[in-house]
Amino acid sequence: MLERRNPQLNRHDELVHLLSIEGLPRAVVHHILDTAGTFLSVNEREVKKVPLLRGKSVFNLFFENSTRTRTTFEIAAKRLSADVINLDIARSSTAKGESLLDTIANLSAMHADMFVVRHSESGAPYLIAQHCAPHVHVVNAGDGRHAHPTQGLLDMYTIRHYKRDFTNLVVAVVGDIVHSRVARSDIHALTTLGVPEIRAVGPKTLVPGDLAEMGVRVCHDMGEGIRDADVIIMLRLQNERMSGAMLPSASEFFKTYGLTAEKLARAKPDAIVMHPGPINRGVEIDSSVADGNQSVILPQVTFGIAVRMAVMSIIAGNTP
Amino acid sequence: MTTATDLDAEVLYGQLLAGVRKVVRPDAVLVGIWSGGAWLAERLQRDLGLAGEHGVISSTLHRDDFAQRGLAASADATRLPFEVKDRHIVLVDDVLYTGRTIRAVINELYDFGRPASVTLVVLVDRGGRELPICAACSAARVDLPAGQRLSLARDTAGRFSFEIR
Repeated sequence: MLERRNPQLNRHDELVHLLSIEGLPRAVVHHILDTAGTFLSVNEREVKKVPLLRGKSVFNLFFENSTRTRTTFEIAAKRLSADVINLDIARSSTAKGESLLDTIANLSAMHADMFVVRHSESGAPYLIAQHCAPHVHVVNAGDGRHAHPTQGLLDMYTIRHYKRDFTNLVVAVVGDIVHSRVARSDIHALTTLGVPEIRAVGPKTLVPGDLAEMGVRVCHDMGEGIRDADVIIMLRLQNERMSGAMLPSASEFFKTYGLTAEKLARAKPDAIVMHPGPINRGVEIDSSVADGNQSVILPQVTFGIAVRMAVMSIIAGNTP
Repeated sequence: MTTATDLDAEVLYGQLLAGVRKVVRPDAVLVGIWSGGAWLAERLQRDLGLAGEHGVISSTLHRDDFAQRGLAASADATRLPFEVKDRHIVLVDDVLYTGRTIRAVINELYDFGRPASVTLVVLVDRGGRELPICAACSAARVDLPAGQRLSLARDTAGRFSFEIR
């Protein structure tokens, strides 16, 4: 029988693409987080640039818009000395009818070394990783509802930074979980790192039913969901992915699931509040909490650059 | 010429200390190359009675064999608890061989500022240079087969020995 290998790892279990956190060995996750720690200090140097990817070409392929994620990948690649090419694919070749694999073949002919891919279809980065040249590396920057592994990793970096140890934590993921690739990546990462209690908090229409199989406790009551939590990860209400009547209204959602100072008081006094951004003030989070002293939303952005530098430099240094 | 098995790291450390005393300026700062050099710098800092903390520097981010070796799974981060600009820097390493590590850490050092001068002191010089780099002071010169690795080890009591692989 053929052995089905994790397509992200080579024969030595080293990372060659980053497609999903699901199935990554714990040691690989820790290696990424440790390496990110090294790069965090690079961002504070007089010269914020190291030559690890000098002479390499990184193509940002965003089939779906995202200014922030694309910018952080661009900064990360540039601080590693790579040449970065941003392609606004949504408005170019695919609009002319070119297939995904033809686009990739053309860009490979331009001697790309790495593709950073965002796509509205789950699995698109896998397809690219399977069909690109052996020396080319692929990073998933978000595919459909499936995964957003670098966001998951930067969330883990943030939690480790403030809480040190994963094995005694209660982590609550709150909001629109059904549409959230961030939630899925976070849950896989938290499980891999040994977090004993993961809670998914939200209305029945926005929390998928199969989460219990992943060892997640589902709570439809916000107060119960964040009680004694060490970490609260708020998710953005994804209006653009919402079809049909999944919610009565944004203000109704805020009343029940929006994080206010009053609700936050039910969590541990030293709980941290995270959000992948962009935040909708007054929809999933109150301004006083977003700007409060338990919020680590802006440090998440800073850590995100270091984590993306770590991912790109680790995969670029490993041969398929 | 000494052979590797004759090397007594503690005796050599004593000779290095005496040698460094002659070349180091009173306003210099020690920067040890991770990991063996960092242990040496820590002890030299104490034995020379220098004020402040020594620095630790890593070659990882400037290595020229990244494409072949990738990023190793080690937590060797550069830590320089002082301004580099206009300082007299003394780089400390356990073994000097091809000189490629020294090239990489000099580049790393410059990412933090422009030093007034950089001097290199090493415990053992094993020859085999591939770049125009030389140490101001070394306690021993040994010849080893090209495939052999020589590095410093430190026990829990802080005593030095050599590992040969």
